[in-house]
Amino acid sequence: MNDTIVAISTAMGVGAISIVRLSGNDAINIVNNCFKGKDLTKVESHTINYGHLLDNGEVIDEVLVSVMKAPRTYTMEDVVEINCHGGIISTKRILETMLTNGARLAEPGEFTKRAFLNGRIDLVKSEAVMDIIDSKTEEANKLALSQLTGTTSNMIHSFREKLKQLLASIEVNIDYPEYHDIEVITKEQVSSEIVKMKQELEKVIKESKNSTLIKEGIKTVIVGRPNVGKSSILNKLLEQDKAIVTDIAGTTRDIVEGEINLDGILLNIIDTAGIRSTDDVVEKIGVEKSISMIEDADLVIVVLNNNEPLTAEDKEILSKTKEKQRIIVINKTDLPTNIDISKENLKNVVHTNANTVEGIKQLKSKIIELFQLETLKTKDYTYLSNARQISLAKKAYQSLKEAETGLNNNLPIDMVEIDLKETFDLLGEIIGETYSEEILDHLFANFCVGK
Amino acid sequence: MKYEVIVVGGGHAGCEAALATARLGHKTLLITSNIKNIADMPCNPSIGGPAKGIVVREIDALGGEMGKNADKAALQTKMLNTKKGPAVQALRFQADKVTYPKEMLKTLRATKNLEIQEAMVEKLLVNNQKIEGVELEDGTKIPSTIVILTTGTYLKAVVLTGSTKKSSGPHGEKESKYLSDNLRELGFTIKRLKTGTPQRIDKNSIDYSKTKEEKGDAVAHTFSFDNIVYRQPKDQISCHLIYTTPKTHEIIKEHLNESSMYGGYVEGIGPRYCPSIEDKVVRFSDKERHQLFLEPESLYYDDIYLQGFSTSMPHDVQELMVHSLPGLEHAKILKYGYAIEYDAIDSMQLKRSLETKLIENLYTAGQINGTSGYEEAAGQGLIAGINAALKLEGKKPLILKRNESYIGVLIDDLVTKGVKDPYRLLTSRAEYRLLLRNDNADLRLREYGYQVGLISKEKYEVFCKKKENIKKLIDQLQTTRITPKKEINEYIEKIPSPPLKDGISLFDLLKRPEIALENIKHFIDISSYSKEEQEQVEINAKYEGYIKKAKKEAAKMLSLEEKIIPENIDYNQIPNLASEARQKLCEVRPTTIGQASRISGVNPADISILMVYLRRNS
Repeated sequence: MNDTIVAISTAMGVGAISIVRLSGNDAINIVNNCFKGKDLTKVESHTINYGHLLDNGEVIDEVLVSVMKAPRTYTMEDVVEINCHGGIISTKRILETMLTNGARLAEPGEFTKRAFLNGRIDLVKSEAVMDIIDSKTEEANKLALSQLTGTTSNMIHSFREKLKQLLASIEVNIDYPEYHDIEVITKEQVSSEIVKMKQELEKVIKESKNSTLIKEGIKTVIVGRPNVGKSSILNKLLEQDKAIVTDIAGTTRDIVEGEINLDGILLNIIDTAGIRSTDDVVEKIGVEKSISMIEDADLVIVVLNNNEPLTAEDKEILSKTKEKQRIIVINKTDLPTNIDISKENLKNVVHTNANTVEGIKQLKSKIIELFQLETLKTKDYTYLSNARQISLAKKAYQSLKEAETGLNNNLPIDMVEIDLKETFDLLGEIIGETYSEEILDHLFANFCVGK
Repeated sequence: MKYEVIVVGGGHAGCEAALATARLGHKTLLITSNIKNIADMPCNPSIGGPAKGIVVREIDALGGEMGKNADKAALQTKMLNTKKGPAVQALRFQADKVTYPKEMLKTLRATKNLEIQEAMVEKLLVNNQKIEGVELEDGTKIPSTIVILTTGTYLKAVVLTGSTKKSSGPHGEKESKYLSDNLRELGFTIKRLKTGTPQRIDKNSIDYSKTKEEKGDAVAHTFSFDNIVYRQPKDQISCHLIYTTPKTHEIIKEHLNESSMYGGYVEGIGPRYCPSIEDKVVRFSDKERHQLFLEPESLYYDDIYLQGFSTSMPHDVQELMVHSLPGLEHAKILKYGYAIEYDAIDSMQLKRSLETKLIENLYTAGQINGTSGYEEAAGQGLIAGINAALKLEGKKPLILKRNESYIGVLIDDLVTKGVKDPYRLLTSRAEYRLLLRNDNADLRLREYGYQVGLISKEKYEVFCKKKENIKKLIDQLQTTRITPKKEINEYIEKIPSPPLKDGISLFDLLKRPEIALENIKHFIDISSYSKEEQEQVEINAKYEGYIKKAKKEAAKMLSLEEKIIPENIDYNQIPNLASEARQKLCEVRPTTIGQASRISGVNPADISILMVYLRRNS
């Protein structure tokens, strides 16, 4: 792990300047070997040095080289950044020169990984950096950025601060039971704190889930019988967003037919096995096979044919998707209406046909409404933004709930404290802070006890 | 004359260590500077308290002496935290300061293989990083295979009151002048610590009408699982409660700079949990009063220990301070409070067996390791003694785990985290305190005591019977079911508790918070089981969910404890370790990944790196 890594750290081919970055013990030496100008091994740390980059004696580019020596660098290792003129060819050639001189091509996120492993940034920050690297839309980018400023950490810190006070108050009564002047913490006090914290945490988890949707995209499954017009709906959605349609099968565990960016909101269209290419396949696979897809989805779009009465298969699809976030699309409204859904008690119904875009617009605003994405977009992003954090927060919420149950069952306060302590530790895990003597320190700083 | 074990120091650690090695059949010499001070209690006249009381139970479960001795010396006994859960309940005894040492000396003298000698050890005999014996003040050399140092606060001890500094141990005893220099020469890092003690007041000069009486419990308690009650509840001696007055605080503030601490005469670091009264007044200036306990020291003399008033003020200020207290206006001070500074070694230089890393067959226990408290000292002494014996017998050391004893927590903290200020056990230091209860110390540790050889076969069989009965009773409650019959529900509703809808086992019924074991007796006769056995079953039923959770957590920790770090690992060869982590790992040299993960300054990323490295090199 102590080799020197290199990567082009600006977007390829965009902008007038590109930066090639190296990190590791040999970073300075490697660049110095192909640099004409000052001796980089002798320059001060954190200086920018003008010169030329050579490949076998031949000048590749006129460059500015920033030399930053460990440990005051992003990775806490020696870091060198070569500012060269943009353009794919010369930048790539510089990269290649670095590789032939002993650097290794960095894996995605490896600089950040080193920063984290070297103790430069905490877990939340490193995850936020990874998210920036991964962020696919502007919204997600904003979300990732607000994490870096530490708003998530601050929020978790404030929860932990409250818990720490509670815990210390309980602890002091346990370890110093005969101090009559120390107020014995009552169950009511603990209970009211728990209720408050539970509410806040619940809100955070819910909104975090929606923010995950912004970042990772809404997993969307389009289901329906053959010939109801699924492909046309899909195509229409894709038409709206020609620029961003990508073919990235295999990038997730799901088979993603395409990513659609609707006004900054990412829809990951999930497909069983090519709904788009042929409807026959669906007939073969049958509705049953789609069930696991439906279970995984954040959003199910059920397409029904306006021109035909509801079939048993339609009804089965409706019943299978009943528990999901769901939009019903009645397609083919340009044909006579033979469908009757009045008995089905359906919500979120949208009408479309092949000739207009009106229906698709409605579908879009329905999606936004369903996920409260409008409110989320205009807010300050202070939410947990990845699965690890959210699952820890959920566990923390669960232990708060257990603490509450314990209180309601009149269990002794030190039992209830076990759950509170667990909550405290779980929240600490989110921000990469594990138990030290925090509670004890708080106890001795705030209570007057001793012989 | 060659001994197998020499124990240097006759305090609580030394007594347990010497008794353990001698009882295990190893020729042992206990060297003390003054035989009258064997098992002396130089500070508070009490034993036990939260966490500490559980240590005493653990010592007894393992076959140590403190519990039995405290039972003999009891003046007043109390179960603390009775309004809280079973995990944090603990015994505290007021113990007679004359009886306690006297009884301990009797026990020592009656023990085979154990000799006691009055002398001052000033040098260790070391050859090739291995201990060979000790050298006394007069130059006499006594050879021994193993040496256990339990020197307490005597290393370069200095007693301070105001600006007066006097080289002396507690009670004006002779201090050890050169031993800590010798330890430093041998490579030990020496720390300077401080502690203090309050005044002793003549009981006849106190106006008790101005105090509040604090009585002992109405039921008898014993520390030892032998359950012999030496003092009946009705014969207990009371303590008394008073509070400081605004005048007391005024005097302290006015003379603050005359105290050794605030006058800048103290180098040592004092304990956070035992601040002196001047500390309390300064740090908690918003508090109008601080509580003080008047605790009798002995039936055989008149000293009353003024708990909560520890100070290093000059004598004349102490007079003013004491006389500002209610009921003590005319009090006669028999002994003044003082601060005491002493040398201790860096506990991170110890293995978990309490053998030093630097010198083979040298063990240390008690305050020399930076702890405070009689119980912490005794616990370490016992473990050092047991491990010395095991070493002599060529066996693996006894390392108690954090999920099975407070002693394990204590020693692991000492060798893994080190201490800045004198270390006191607190329940909050234990992650799995629900498993480390006062009531189950025998169930946790007696097996070890028997394996080691400190618990007799006879006692072990009594213990096995108890274990078996607990299991039987649990089985019985789990298999006995009651159904929602009219008369059953009538009884249950009367308790009151919601009526049954379906059949339920008695064990599950007992889980209901409002159901007591008494109610279970309505359905089944359990009178053949002892009170202790019934109590175990009740706790197991009532807190089953929490206990399971704690065990699950403990299992996670144990899996890390099983990942052994090779003794010869070179941390400098592991790339990417943060430099602080590298330095700490080099210093502590943890034996397992679990221990490594508890070192402050070693973060989870370092642990992953370490684990990756170990896997790659295995």
